Amino acid sequence: MSSVAQKSGFGATLWDWLTTVDHKKIGILYLLGGLFFFVLGGIEAMIIRLQLMTPNNDLVSAGLFNDLITMHGTTMIFLAAMPILFGFMNAIMPLQIGARDVAFPFINSLGFWMFAFGGLFLNISWLFGEVPDAGWTSYASLSLHSPGHGVDFYAIGLQIAGGGTLMAGINFLVTIINMRAPGMTYMRMPLFTWTTFVASAMILFAFPPLTIGLFFLTFDRMFSGNFFDHTMGGNTIIWEHIFWIFGHPEVYILILPAFGIFSEVFSVFSRKRLFGYTAMVFATVLIGFLGFMVWAHHMFTVGLGPTANAIFAVATMAIAVPTGVKIFNWLLTIWGGSIKVTTPMLYALGFIPSFVMGGVTGVMQGAAPLDYQLHDSYFIVAHFHYVIVGGVVLAIFAGLHYWWPKMFGTMLSEFLGKITFVFFFIGFHMTFLIQHWLGFWGMPRRVWTFMDGQGWNIANMVSTIGALLMAIGFTVMVINIIMTTVKNERVGNDPWGDGRTLEWAIPSPPPFYNFPATPLVRGLDTLWIEKMEGSKEMITPAEPITDIHMPHGSIIPMLMTLGLFIAGFGAMFQQETSWGLGVLIFGLAFTFVAMATRSLKDDLGYYVTKEQILQDQENIKRGRN
Amino acid sequence: MDLNTKFTPETWPAHPERATMEAKNKFVGFWLFLGGETILFATLFATYMALKNKGPSGFGFTTQELYTLPLVFVMTMLLLTSSLTSVYAMYHLKSFNFKKMQLWLGITALLGLGFLMLEVYEFSHYVQLGFTFSNSAFSSAFYTLVGTHGFHVAIGLVWITLLIFRNSKRGLNLYNATKYYTFSLYWHFIDVVWVFIFTVVYLMGVIG
Repeated sequence: MSSVAQKSGFGATLWDWLTTVDHKKIGILYLLGGLFFFVLGGIEAMIIRLQLMTPNNDLVSAGLFNDLITMHGTTMIFLAAMPILFGFMNAIMPLQIGARDVAFPFINSLGFWMFAFGGLFLNISWLFGEVPDAGWTSYASLSLHSPGHGVDFYAIGLQIAGGGTLMAGINFLVTIINMRAPGMTYMRMPLFTWTTFVASAMILFAFPPLTIGLFFLTFDRMFSGNFFDHTMGGNTIIWEHIFWIFGHPEVYILILPAFGIFSEVFSVFSRKRLFGYTAMVFATVLIGFLGFMVWAHHMFTVGLGPTANAIFAVATMAIAVPTGVKIFNWLLTIWGGSIKVTTPMLYALGFIPSFVMGGVTGVMQGAAPLDYQLHDSYFIVAHFHYVIVGGVVLAIFAGLHYWWPKMFGTMLSEFLGKITFVFFFIGFHMTFLIQHWLGFWGMPRRVWTFMDGQGWNIANMVSTIGALLMAIGFTVMVINIIMTTVKNERVGNDPWGDGRTLEWAIPSPPPFYNFPATPLVRGLDTLWIEKMEGSKEMITPAEPITDIHMPHGSIIPMLMTLGLFIAGFGAMFQQETSWGLGVLIFGLAFTFVAMATRSLKDDLGYYVTKEQILQDQENIKRGRN
Repeated sequence: MDLNTKFTPETWPAHPERATMEAKNKFVGFWLFLGGETILFATLFATYMALKNKGPSGFGFTTQELYTLPLVFVMTMLLLTSSLTSVYAMYHLKSFNFKKMQLWLGITALLGLGFLMLEVYEFSHYVQLGFTFSNSAFSSAFYTLVGTHGFHVAIGLVWITLLIFRNSKRGLNLYNATKYYTFSLYWHFIDVVWVFIFTVVYLMGVIG
């Protein structure tokens, strides 16, 4: 740890984590929060598969099934995949660009707490027994008439979590624009940083529509608005447009950072420069742009008319081009490389065929006439799981193994990692490949149960067994994490031995000030250049070591969010209780007071002195020998 | 950053709003935030245009009957003028004249307050006519779009009031220069949004 005096004891440690503004610690918080919700969403998925294992099954009721599919989708997208990726972005991206910190440490912490409390708000619905049940898309024609408070939990919980996401996005953008080390030009940024950049830009433009859509839903359900109620002149198609203007970019917000992780993994474990770096960057930006142009392909069957459908079909299929560029660049990176099949590399190698399959079925549905056949069948379920699990989840697992030593200072077991991969990978294909045929055979999605004698029995059984294999794989990973954490064998700066980017130039885990002196970047794959030139310190400093300015920790981000959390309950109950409105106002006032405290009280941070840094560096060196 | 550094008009940097690293971050971050806000308002505008004049059967309100241009014209003039006065304030910020900057910002706030009070009057007038938030899709869309703008004006007023009083004794420094400057960006943004509301809601409502 650092040489700066720290209090010990459980209370002090807890306080430290609650108030931290250190991007690496917030990264760990995001990771743990995301993994928690990943387990929750996984349990929901398992129950869904068990219910569909045999025909006429009645393990869960039809109503509970609706709750489960809604919460599974919402949890996995908003509370698992995105936060885990944010965890990597927070922990790694500033290191990759040679920055001391993110641009807005306070807002970074606020973003995390909004995700955490938003997720909590959504899942408290299970305790109330009134769970969102209108699907993760919550189409207004359905969600307006959902009884109880289920959809209210959805609207308010996502509103809070979504606000946090927007803040994180702006923070990452400004960090990358302003805080790159000298010499780190845009075209020298590692691909993971590039994909973080483009994904953050997409967040900036995709989340405000979601905010508005959720407000409309909140107003209609809780404050007698009429946006979607056609008897009052409203229009439910507005929800679909708004939702998918957010929802389609959202899948690229998830997949682009996944592409970034794989780009790093391929190049490190092929021990080659990433093939076609420039084309990769261009493809990333192009995917980011096209991601916004295609939302209506989710609405081919709504009745927009053949012209609109044709335009959106063509735009949709155009995305296959930059994606294909990426696939070929990855293949050419491996080609002729000196390949080391580590666990992250296994995931990367498994990702290519899996994701291509998901992409191909995507192009199939991009053809509007075919989509009329496939719409709302299990083919769709198979497609998006191939993309999201075969792309994003495999990337998350690859990133977990790849960056675990950098984040926690200890390696995950390679042996257990490979066992996880085998179970998960086989289980994944078993679960979802067969669902393509289930779709062709006419099984609709979102059905609670199905009748015997339709030829769906064996396929559903296979699918459920596959899901069990995935669960076993994940369990092995949890065991892996627990075992290696208990053993806690410390590793050095570059445990994989082939690190190419700046994060591998400093100790694992990095000191809280990251770099003792800002590094000078002399090209793409900075660390590799230093290694090839035989630099001893692995970093060419851009400046002498001086005092470093650091921000203070703060409890205010958590308090601000707590106020919103309380206000959420007030909004939900204000129509039926006398105290609801009071709680709503109290919660908002609580947040406002916290904000005002932050504004009126100057917090200019503190300095770590040069002597402390030199002492700290000395300790690290001595610890290593 | 040292708050006690004293500046003179000669030592005051040419771009005080982005003279330090923190200030540069805030400056870029705030521009990006306004980009997000633009999308937010665009969504509200699109919804308003889709739901304009839509109500339940027998719904009696149309844009032509409802809106009165003279009132909206006065509101527009107040807000446009307040944007101009905030430009004067920024001029004094750059030339390090704290007192005049505070004065012009005070005038800006008063003009904004005048705008907001007229909006409150307008809304209460409509409600008295029976055009309430919940009586049609049109009214929901109208109050949400124009109300969100009004809410932004109110936030801006609280923001500038806090800034003026918080710094009244302290004077200008490189820490609060960015805060003043981002406020002025925000205020111009609100003004631009209003120009669109004036056109899309009121002019197109009465004439188009």
